[in-house]
Amino acid sequence: MSDYIMSQIKRDHLLNLLADGRRADSRRLDEPRKITFETGVIESADGSCHLRLGDTEVMAGIKIIPGTPYMDAPADGVITTGAELIPMAHPTFESGPPDENAIELARVVDRGIRESGMIDVKKLCIKEGEQIWMVYIDIYALNWDGNLFDAANYAAVCALKTAMVPNKQYGFGDDMPLPITCLPISVTEAKIGNDLIVDPNFDEEAISSARMTVTTDDNGNFRAMQKGGKGSITRGDLSLCLDRAVEIGKQIRTIIG
Amino acid sequence: MSGHTDMTLVNDEGIRIDGRRCDEKRPIKIEAGVLKNADGSCYLEIGKNKVLCAVYGPRECRPRHLQDPTKAIIQCKYNMETYSVSDRKRPGTDRRSVEISKLISEALSNVVQVELFPRASIDVYIEILQANAGTRCAGLTAASVALADAGIPMRDLIPAIACGKADNHVVLDLNKEEDNFGQADVPLAIVPSTDEIVLLQMDGNMTREELDHGLDMAFGAAHEVYDMQKAALKKRYSEIEKKEGATDE
Repeated sequence: MSDYIMSQIKRDHLLNLLADGRRADSRRLDEPRKITFETGVIESADGSCHLRLGDTEVMAGIKIIPGTPYMDAPADGVITTGAELIPMAHPTFESGPPDENAIELARVVDRGIRESGMIDVKKLCIKEGEQIWMVYIDIYALNWDGNLFDAANYAAVCALKTAMVPNKQYGFGDDMPLPITCLPISVTEAKIGNDLIVDPNFDEEAISSARMTVTTDDNGNFRAMQKGGKGSITRGDLSLCLDRAVEIGKQIRTIIG
Repeated sequence: MSGHTDMTLVNDEGIRIDGRRCDEKRPIKIEAGVLKNADGSCYLEIGKNKVLCAVYGPRECRPRHLQDPTKAIIQCKYNMETYSVSDRKRPGTDRRSVEISKLISEALSNVVQVELFPRASIDVYIEILQANAGTRCAGLTAASVALADAGIPMRDLIPAIACGKADNHVVLDLNKEEDNFGQADVPLAIVPSTDEIVLLQMDGNMTREELDHGLDMAFGAAHEVYDMQKAALKKRYSEIEKKEGATDE
């Protein structure tokens, strides 16, 4: 991905607004953008979700396929998460194998889903030691206007929540929903100057120094975190991120739950 | 981070399987300037982890399209050797090492005065010779010592250490068993002079109280690691001084 250069006048404008506690799209500092989504949009997938977070747009598709279990977990299903930042989504995205940004995105989404135990992998066993269900979560950015981390997390969660295990297709009886135990919800903030803003858009991300993603479960416990970006955050910043992740996570759970 | 095992990770007296208390880190050994060809280098052991780090640069940035006309870029390669884990690891980069390399580069960008070297690249190579949980922290701790050893201007060093949770105890510096069968792992790296957080990840399950307690321990321990980093560099420079003194005579 090549670097984006923002004009000084725009940068100053955004910083001046922030100094007043305002944002260019008139959101509060702790206000995420509007989420709209549609599930089951792809018939060839076992679960899917097309989600918009403001103008950021992603598609998540689930494929569930019988496979062989890992030796050390002979009765557990397997979860694999991939993400692609395709050139369609932004002029700075390039085609080719996933770069470090795509890999980090996939791994952060994966961590939230895996570590929260969202999918009960024990229930994805077909025959112990021989055959289990492999759940592939693949996320494509369609339009990038910042904060792909949360958009990808929400889309993956919605797609999984509505996914069906294709028992019939493989002669194992009737299709069943994926065994879902909870909804891991991430809340990402960007640090700009001394401010932390929730759900940064593209321009805000471009002038931010660091990024902090915190994923909580239904009980408000912390399941995954990731600090990104070249800058730093303070212990006080972290404390605010943790508080907001619980509070905003709750709001988002009511929208996509 | 499976969270369940028959193994007792922390016993009733609060002692862990390697004999440590919950707030105790593993023994650490840091040595600066261990490789001849590299501009700076560091060998680090923490518990059973053995890590080697080499720094080359600032030097011409390759590939050239990555050059930044305003500052140097830090290119980090974290690599696990095939024999560093119990099964043979497949050689080459995987998704995990790409992510760790990115996070370590970003963390180092906080302290290296990159603006002094426009268009240059500072290349940091981290080789994990033996892995026993906490290699990204070990690698980053070693990398900042190697950068200082290379004489690259820096605002500070970066010590890193993890906290986490095992058998419902908040613990410092997880070992292999606690990492595999414990309930949470939180690697942390800070800039000691300002206590800024430059690397932070978490996976597992922790309440706010547990997380705050773990971070308190990790911040304290990071400052202790910092003292060891400084001691290793001082030792290195006092050796150089002795050697140069000898040739003068």
